[in-house]
Amino acid sequence: MRYLPKSPTEREEMLAEIGVANIDALFSTIPAEFRLSRDLNIPSQMGESEVVAHFKAAAAQNGAGYASFLGAGVYNHYRPIVIDSLIQRGEFLTSYTPYQAEISQGTLQAIFEFQTMICELTGMEIANASMYDGATGAAESVMMAARITGRSGVVTVTTVHPEYREVLGTYAQHQGLPVTTVGYNAETGRVDMATLDAAITGETAAVLVQSPNFFGVIEDIPAIAEIAHAKGALLIVSIAEAISLGVVRPPVEADIVSLEAQSFGVASSYGGPYCGVLATKEKYVRQIPGRLAGQTVDRNGKRGFVLMLSTREQHIRREKATSNICTNQALIALMATIFLSVYGREGIRELAEHSLAKSDYAARTLAATTGSRQLFTGSPRFHEFVLKTETNPEVLNSQLLAAKIIGGLPLKRWYPELGNATLWCATELTTRTQIDRAAAVLNRVKA
Amino acid sequence: MTEKFVGTTRKVSSHQSQNEALLFEKSAPGKRGYKLPALDVPEVSVKALLGDTAREEAASLPELSEIEIIRHFTRLSTWNFAIDLGMYPLGSCTMKYNPRVNEFVSRIEGIAEAHPYLPEHLAQGSMEIISLLQQCLLEITGMDSITLQPAAGAHGEFTGILLVRAFHESKGNPRRKIIVPDSAHGTNPATAAVCGYEVQNIRSNALGMVDVEALAAMVDEDTAALMLTNPSTIGVFESEIAKIAEILHAKGALLYMDGANMNALVGKARPGDFGVDVMHLNLHKTFSTPHGGGGPGSGPVACKAALEPFLPVPVLERRCDGALTWNYNRPQSVGRVRSFYGNFGMFVRALAYILANGPDGLRQTTEDAVLNANYLRKKLEGIFDLPYTTPTLHEVVFSDRRQAQKGVKTGDLAKRLIDYGFHPYTTAFPMIVPGAMMIEPTESESREELDLFVDAMKQIAQEADENPELILSAPHSTRVSRMDETAAARKPILRWKP
Repeated sequence: MRYLPKSPTEREEMLAEIGVANIDALFSTIPAEFRLSRDLNIPSQMGESEVVAHFKAAAAQNGAGYASFLGAGVYNHYRPIVIDSLIQRGEFLTSYTPYQAEISQGTLQAIFEFQTMICELTGMEIANASMYDGATGAAESVMMAARITGRSGVVTVTTVHPEYREVLGTYAQHQGLPVTTVGYNAETGRVDMATLDAAITGETAAVLVQSPNFFGVIEDIPAIAEIAHAKGALLIVSIAEAISLGVVRPPVEADIVSLEAQSFGVASSYGGPYCGVLATKEKYVRQIPGRLAGQTVDRNGKRGFVLMLSTREQHIRREKATSNICTNQALIALMATIFLSVYGREGIRELAEHSLAKSDYAARTLAATTGSRQLFTGSPRFHEFVLKTETNPEVLNSQLLAAKIIGGLPLKRWYPELGNATLWCATELTTRTQIDRAAAVLNRVKA
Repeated sequence: MTEKFVGTTRKVSSHQSQNEALLFEKSAPGKRGYKLPALDVPEVSVKALLGDTAREEAASLPELSEIEIIRHFTRLSTWNFAIDLGMYPLGSCTMKYNPRVNEFVSRIEGIAEAHPYLPEHLAQGSMEIISLLQQCLLEITGMDSITLQPAAGAHGEFTGILLVRAFHESKGNPRRKIIVPDSAHGTNPATAAVCGYEVQNIRSNALGMVDVEALAAMVDEDTAALMLTNPSTIGVFESEIAKIAEILHAKGALLYMDGANMNALVGKARPGDFGVDVMHLNLHKTFSTPHGGGGPGSGPVACKAALEPFLPVPVLERRCDGALTWNYNRPQSVGRVRSFYGNFGMFVRALAYILANGPDGLRQTTEDAVLNANYLRKKLEGIFDLPYTTPTLHEVVFSDRRQAQKGVKTGDLAKRLIDYGFHPYTTAFPMIVPGAMMIEPTESESREELDLFVDAMKQIAQEADENPELILSAPHSTRVSRMDETAAARKPILRWKP
């Protein structure tokens, strides 16, 4: 086996030094009836070329060569080459959590830089080293808000990503955290303020909204914060499209921001790995879950970084920890850090502006096709929009697929009231030609 | 540097490391690391489109050129220790070689670019990868059903305990308690608490195993499950596992296995055969996906048929026409624990590892992991105190008892190991061993590397006798010396400020 650095003779010699006759003697504490005396029934050992061929064949089974208008929480932005070349350095790729600070300064400094960038982008004071993804990050934020306020309910909105809400539901049910979900205003696609206000009670720990929301619409965060805070609830803002922060006002009125950083240079990879991250106010530092890197000095007064405040964490606190999270998404956070250093202050804004321009052109072009109209047109939005068509989206999408285009995501599954609505996304990588071709197909489709 | 060693340090010599400031300290307005393509649609006015939701002030991100970014992160990388540099014997973490073909195949375009909401007929390749990995993991564990959705080991524990809860609820009572041995990972009790259970600790017996009599006395109709790591955190296989399962099952309780130590069992024994009802795996431990400085991981949960109805949605199924499909219609499901289908990129890597090994390679891997741990145990047992002499599998836990008499503790010995060119072992865990030194070499070490490690440990033991100060002030060879963590915690600095 090519990964195993031992010759048969060495194995024999080592067994002799240990003082056992054969390898099975070392497994003798496993009762005989539980010892596997046959080969595992899995594919036989492959050469490296066969492994590569296996996965190339799998890749070929997926659709290739399509122009895609899918977004809905996973976004197709360009990934600068330097990201992949840097994260493949073994010192980043094959190291463990940086508990031994003296030989982990590279990872620790990079986390510290990541935390700083997240604070800059979100307008928060502190950020953690990462969470699994935007969905679990949102759920952990709610649990954090319950700890801070001593209250036990959460009010959320149907325009938070449906899968985030499902994960929240799973987490909340065992935490004694009732979840109230309010609707959106049918005209604006924004949270319905009156219903939201009515749903918040003296027992509400947090209000959880997403902005831009699942329809791509940007919420009125200052107004939502005002009604949440008026009743003593915290405001959690979930951001599924991190690039939006290049042009969208950061949710500075929020108490906790839960960000999904996939857009920062991470491949869609059929749903993961991605990178959640929580940002909050300094006063909540002892309630934030997950790892934190902090700056300090060594014995000689030299600047260095360490994982800190670990008394919040499970390996110290056990059942009294703020969360059971242990392994996070460190390497993905590093990818985001490199991405953000490539684009920087001006690039992140330009990138977001390009996405906005493409989406604006796409929305205008597609809404002008026969039998189509755009919903929620009066509200500000980032790079996603909802298109309502006379034709059933299934019919429409199969026509688009024939033209090698993956159209908008049908929304009926989560929003039956929207009927023939689809959610479209355009990023800086979407081309005018792709948009015009999609419009041509839409114009041809017969209901 | 060499004069600071009592013997010879065959593994290391000194080497320059470059200083590097923070990104923000290197930034200058107008520097660029990117160039966007020309816009092929009309420009837009952000203010006109977004109104008062437009961002007023740009985020103060660093402005750098590409070469500076490459040098910055390359320099940072040289400050890290890594498996690629040498032995990383962190007990319980299974720091094994991360094969490069895994990285390559995860980046193949059709695999890396697949959107999770692709129409199913355009995602069959990704779904086949999931399907084959599920089959392999079920065969390896001897279980009946599996979900790959959990993003890490602790997340797998969370999912597994939710299955336990849902199972009991379906019988009319979720029950109240989860029993956790005192040797368990901290995530176990934390998970039980997050799932709304009361944690009951059970002490280990003199052999470092679960005290079966104590367990029998503790388990009742209010016990939901025992969370057991097997082999345990001291590397010992619970020989009375059948009896343990029987005690639990007799009262309707379930046996949860923390699969952190599966590297000792793959191809040699299957949890499904010895009474486990539900368990999680760590693809980033046993199945070679890279730890990446702390993640991403992946924590699949496998269970027996009785728990299958409760698995998170969606569940992968094969239709009668042979195509794979996601089934969301599962009324008894515990719900979703993560968005989409889990850390898919890790599934690709784990499957590549399994295919590269095959049944014979996986068995040999396990055997070599156990051989290496026992070799180290044999070579070091006269030098360091071995509190539990029970035979061990993939790891060995010594204690600092002898060296502590000179004021040198496990954490100090670990820091000194850095000077000899090794990553420290796991310190101060498990909690049942005071001053624990938990060593897991994995199968990835050659005899030569193991012998160097033994040499280093022997020299450090000698130093503890002859010159303890050398150890107490270690490491001596690193860019920075020991960090002032107390000051850091008192006034946390968690971000850079100008």
